[in-house]
Amino acid sequence: MAKQNTAVKNKSISYARWGYIFIIPFFIVYAIFTLYPQILTVYNSFFEYYRDGLTVVGPRFVGLQNYKTLFEPGAAGYVPIFKYLGNTVWLWLLGAVPQFLIAMMLALFFTSTRLNIKGQQFFKSVIYMPNLIMASCFAMLFFSLFSQVGPVNQFLVSSGAISTPINFLGMQVTVQTLIALMNFLMWFGNTTILLMAGIQGIDESMFESARLDGSTSTQVFFNITMPLLMPIFIYVFITSMIGGIQMFDVPQVLTNGKGIPNNTSTTLIMYLNQFLGISKNYGMAGAVSVLLFIVTAILSIFVFRTIRADNK
Amino acid sequence: MKSNANKTAEIKLLISRIVVYAILIFLSFLCLFFFYLMLINSTRSNAQLQSGFTLIPQNNLFKNLYNAWHDGDINIPVGMKNSFIVAMCSALLTTYFSAMTAYGTYVYNFKGKRFVHLFILAIMMIPSQVSAVGFIQLAFKYNLTNKLWLLIIPSIAAPATYFYMRQYLQATLPIDMVEAARIDGSSEFKIFNQIVLPIMKPAIAVQMIFSFVASWNNYFMPALLLNKPDKKTVPIMIATLRSADYSKFDMGKVYMLMVMAILPVMIIYIILSKSIIKGVTSGSVKG
Repeated sequence: MAKQNTAVKNKSISYARWGYIFIIPFFIVYAIFTLYPQILTVYNSFFEYYRDGLTVVGPRFVGLQNYKTLFEPGAAGYVPIFKYLGNTVWLWLLGAVPQFLIAMMLALFFTSTRLNIKGQQFFKSVIYMPNLIMASCFAMLFFSLFSQVGPVNQFLVSSGAISTPINFLGMQVTVQTLIALMNFLMWFGNTTILLMAGIQGIDESMFESARLDGSTSTQVFFNITMPLLMPIFIYVFITSMIGGIQMFDVPQVLTNGKGIPNNTSTTLIMYLNQFLGISKNYGMAGAVSVLLFIVTAILSIFVFRTIRADNK
Repeated sequence: MKSNANKTAEIKLLISRIVVYAILIFLSFLCLFFFYLMLINSTRSNAQLQSGFTLIPQNNLFKNLYNAWHDGDINIPVGMKNSFIVAMCSALLTTYFSAMTAYGTYVYNFKGKRFVHLFILAIMMIPSQVSAVGFIQLAFKYNLTNKLWLLIIPSIAAPATYFYMRQYLQATLPIDMVEAARIDGSSEFKIFNQIVLPIMKPAIAVQMIFSFVASWNNYFMPALLLNKPDKKTVPIMIATLRSADYSKFDMGKVYMLMVMAILPVMIIYIILSKSIIKGVTSGSVKG
């Protein structure tokens, strides 16, 4: 008996070893291809280190100088980072506000037993589809369709709605609207599906008892659906915000990386991308990345809080 | 009196149904319209495209296809081959190793297991761009630009895929089953490869699709790492269309190139949309 016990014990110890063996590939790859580059990124942010033509300047330790340059107005010809952060948040909001309003509405339609919508699978398939489209290609498509000689202008002119083609890609309002429209189209289906799952997760008896009490559908929405959906709503909202902070492909390709007009559509990652191009300005790029990391980390803490509240 | 009230309720319901369907049809139209225009325009010659707007397909499809396939500057066959290699290998590696890691933290009891799990959850939210500076620096330092494997190998460590696999294991794999297989004398790797992986097939399939699509569409990192024409992936080529002098282009060919860029993903989606949509919710919300 005693012998058997030790055998069992030995066995469980030997299995523990297997746990490490199964997780080791993940951690080796993570350490080499993600963690080490991340540490290098932070390290670089304290150095002056860039290419000027064929000569490499630095690396020279400059402390927090790169961060100062990011925030200082007019420092060394740089536009303060607030502009790009502001652009990014604004472009995200322009798409996200309609995205969440419409997704919420659709989620309520789809889950309503009273309306009993037919063809849900079809509608869901169609509205989710733009999410899988190559974003850079989607942007190129919009550029082609909305260019001055593109079909949209052709249609507007030939139908007599306007007399001369609209320069959609030359004006701040239209460029930002196009970016918002693309982001909206790419993400509202995804949000609808997530919110729907959230509503379906609510205990059906809650709705029934409310109906028996004679509550109107507006009352049910504000007093039952919304409060119970809140954790999931916040989760989806903040994940959308984290995605929005990383907005790149659509404005980059639509404006050819220039954030036209006048850097009004240059996002944070487009700014980062400029430092990683020919100038290889690892110092400044590092500082932008650290800032990006801090913003995402703060947002992520909210996500984890909602997840934990949800599990309780 | 009562039947009257019933009737108004019925009419109200009918009206709200009509409004709801109208909204749904409008939004579906909005989602499809731009892609429909793209498809139509890919069947038109440059002259037809300059002459005006239409919603009816024309007869230049095969000519555009030929021109797009044999373009001198944008080698789309090579781009599609490169994209396919990267996307397929990434999808295979990411699902296999995420399943393996998830199995490791689910089945085995070892010191620091809880920490490992929480650590992977914590790094899940860090944007990939945060490591970009160091990654690019190292790639240039060790002469690894234009190497496709450099885009493939990192997918072994995919926190989000790990998380999905872990949830799936928790829901479907009883530990007893693993123990029974041990009594039968199977080795640990054999248990994982021959018993656990088949159980995880649905999760692996969904994650393979998402990983394939994400990698096929990926633009940021590849654009910084690949500059040789024979190594470029599709999104880089599409973006080049935008940066080149636009007025010189045969627009029929340009639309055709865009169709080709999204076609593989569209085919996958048309066949598998049902399970893809199911996959959107199952991993993310209840966590």
